[in-house]
Amino acid sequence: MKNILILFAHPSPHRSEVNLPLFQACEDTPGITCVDLYAEYPTFNIDISREQQRLVNHDVVVFMFPLYWYSTPSLLKEWQDLVLEHDFAYGSKGKALQDKLFFCALTAGGAEKGYQHEGYNHFTIRELLSPMEQMANITRMRYLPPYALFGARTAVEEQRLDQHISGFIQLLDDFKAGEIDHISTADFITLNEFVRSQEADI
Amino acid sequence: MTAYFIQAFIYLCAAVIAVPLAKRLGLGSVLGYLVAGVIIGPVTGLVGQETATIQHFAEFGVVMMLFVVGMELEPQMLWNMKARLLGLGGAQVAITTALIAWAAITMGQVWSIALAIGLIFALSSTAIVLQTFQEKQLSRTEGGRSAFSILLFQDIAVIPMLALIPLLALPELVNTGAAHSSGHHDELSLVANLSGWTHAVVVIAAIVGVIAGGHYLAHPLFRYVVKSGLREVFTATALMLVIGIAALMSLVGLSPALGAFLAGVVLANSEFRHELESTIEPFKGLLLGLFFITVGAGISFSLLLEHAGTILALTLCVMHLKAAVLYGLALIFRIRGTDRWLLTLSLAQAGEFGFVLLGYSTQNHVLPTELAQILSMVVAISMFLTPGLFILFDRIIVPRFTQKNNQQQKEDDIDQQGPVIISGIGRFGQIVNRMLTANGYQTVILDHNLSQVETVRQFEIKSFFGDSTRPDLLHTAGIESARLLVVTIDDKEKAISLVRHVKKAYPHVQILARAFDRGHNYELKRAGADWIVSETYHSALEMGGEALKSMGLHPFRVEQMKAAMLEKEQRHEAEMYEAWKKIDEDIKFSHQYTRLFIELEKALSEAINYDRYDRHTRSEHGWVPPPKGYARQIEKEFRDDPC
Repeated sequence: MKNILILFAHPSPHRSEVNLPLFQACEDTPGITCVDLYAEYPTFNIDISREQQRLVNHDVVVFMFPLYWYSTPSLLKEWQDLVLEHDFAYGSKGKALQDKLFFCALTAGGAEKGYQHEGYNHFTIRELLSPMEQMANITRMRYLPPYALFGARTAVEEQRLDQHISGFIQLLDDFKAGEIDHISTADFITLNEFVRSQEADI
Repeated sequence: MTAYFIQAFIYLCAAVIAVPLAKRLGLGSVLGYLVAGVIIGPVTGLVGQETATIQHFAEFGVVMMLFVVGMELEPQMLWNMKARLLGLGGAQVAITTALIAWAAITMGQVWSIALAIGLIFALSSTAIVLQTFQEKQLSRTEGGRSAFSILLFQDIAVIPMLALIPLLALPELVNTGAAHSSGHHDELSLVANLSGWTHAVVVIAAIVGVIAGGHYLAHPLFRYVVKSGLREVFTATALMLVIGIAALMSLVGLSPALGAFLAGVVLANSEFRHELESTIEPFKGLLLGLFFITVGAGISFSLLLEHAGTILALTLCVMHLKAAVLYGLALIFRIRGTDRWLLTLSLAQAGEFGFVLLGYSTQNHVLPTELAQILSMVVAISMFLTPGLFILFDRIIVPRFTQKNNQQQKEDDIDQQGPVIISGIGRFGQIVNRMLTANGYQTVILDHNLSQVETVRQFEIKSFFGDSTRPDLLHTAGIESARLLVVTIDDKEKAISLVRHVKKAYPHVQILARAFDRGHNYELKRAGADWIVSETYHSALEMGGEALKSMGLHPFRVEQMKAAMLEKEQRHEAEMYEAWKKIDEDIKFSHQYTRLFIELEKALSEAINYDRYDRHTRSEHGWVPPPKGYARQIEKEFRDDPC
């Protein structure tokens, strides 16, 4: 039984169509720790030791956010800058995060085909998230591809939201049961693809 | 009675004319007083015989000065000074005495006379030096502190000197003098007829009495007086305290100045310190001035002309010798640069205790009267020349060193940053103070409410009793060198007048003020406050935010709302202030006070409505997602023109 921590970062949740319902669905699922960072730290005054303790208490760490300029919203970057200290998260004595699983659950405005070498974004989503991947590497965590929703601005209109949410809850159940790890997911650009391949297997 | 009025008028008149003139010419007030004395004394002969009597009275100024000096020196600081006090002071007195005595012997004096002369000239003038240090703000320099420790040691050393001098009596003088002074009665004394050890016990008991009294009795006494609410009674109490100590010390044969100094040190931590200082200060200043005038008036031109060569030669010899000893000590004690020169030049004169010892020596038949008169001229002339040495220091030595070590000087300046004065230590002032002291900034706190001062003192917050709207109290709190004044007093009108006064008299001091409401805010602004906060504004904003959160609004959004509210307010701050000024003037004219508020309210709601329609607030701008079809649009543009 693995413990899951979701760190949710959305600066204007009252305008959110995908992230907020997804986060609320996680909150309704028992056994998952859900943290709304912008609600806890509206003045950016992050409690470092509390956040470090949270990390220590969990086995799977999820960043949940809308992609802002190919990166996280600013509070989540601030969270990284403050919480992932030397001798805690990295450095010869910094082994607190060793072997934890890490991935991002994100939404992007552009369509998936835009996130290709030939598309207008020129990079795949995995490439764009490489700072996050390297952060996981240096903190000795196991990096998994992101669970992503593309074309998020029209997901509600196109009735893609329910499936996205239920897929995510199913995924979290599998994480909890310890059925997913970095090895089984290594070859996929997104966790969504991994889920689809599993369904295809069945 | 008429004669007293005329005399008092002459002294005051001389001071009023000479001192500001000397100050304007950059010569310092001490020289002004001395010159005034010379003019009314030996030059015009307006005053004469009474100077000696007045001088005894005026010496009380020195007692008060040491009381004030003591109050600025906490016991801890005094303890930290002990090495310098004993080492530097002891060496200065011993070496100078020995050298001058040796010089006197080579000039043909007997050893006992030579030793007495040595002791007399080893002393320097506390009055001139400390007064000048204060005026030129040199007290906190290394040189100033070293000079102060020497002066303090000298004041202590006077006591054993007074004991030693009678032992030096010359038999032939005793015989001739016995006839003269048989009728001369001894001064009132508690210890005259006591044996050695009982004398010592009485002296120690007196000192312990002063310390214990200062520690345990002063507080309830001042409390009692302050509760009466009569300022003149407080003044009377302060004078009573200093005079009482002086009397006690004289009774047991100690220096009154030293006793007053001790009492001052004991009261340094008291909450009444600044109030006491500002009460004593004018008396001290006037009496010291009077003392300097009597020194000037006491210069006898006939004696001076008769022995002009001898007196001048002796004066220069003494000053050079004293300066040489001081310079040597400064070398040994590693005092550098301008500080070394300050120490050397400031203490090269003989002092007022020299007069005392001279009188005492002649009384005890140690010195022949004629020699004593010449020597007292030497003391007076050397004191007269001292302001000249300070001018030399200011005009020649300091510029040379600042050119040489410009960098070093600058670092010193940063080290000596001025303190913060907080006026009013209610709940508001306490928080401001805690922020400052927690971050290592020195604060001086003043409050006119005694029970408030007592309450916060229980929390180890150092604060002082006194009405900070009084200029003299601000002065003793150090407003001249302060960087910042925080005005958090409850009285609206007093707060405004305090801001206006400080901004006018000390424009370099930054003023932060707490306002009660919008009108008070604008009045403080007009008075010159640099930054003003309305006392309830931010807490009301916090509560408004909390209310929104309770209604289910996201905390981060609430932060944006608060910021927008503040921004709105600030954006119209300037025009609101202008409107207020204009309306306020109109209304003063027509006496329609209520109109002011109606007009202001109208202006404010117009400003807020403008914002509402303009929709240009932070909350409308922040983190707005792109429109629904934006991705397809970008996609299309990319296909048309891949880049």
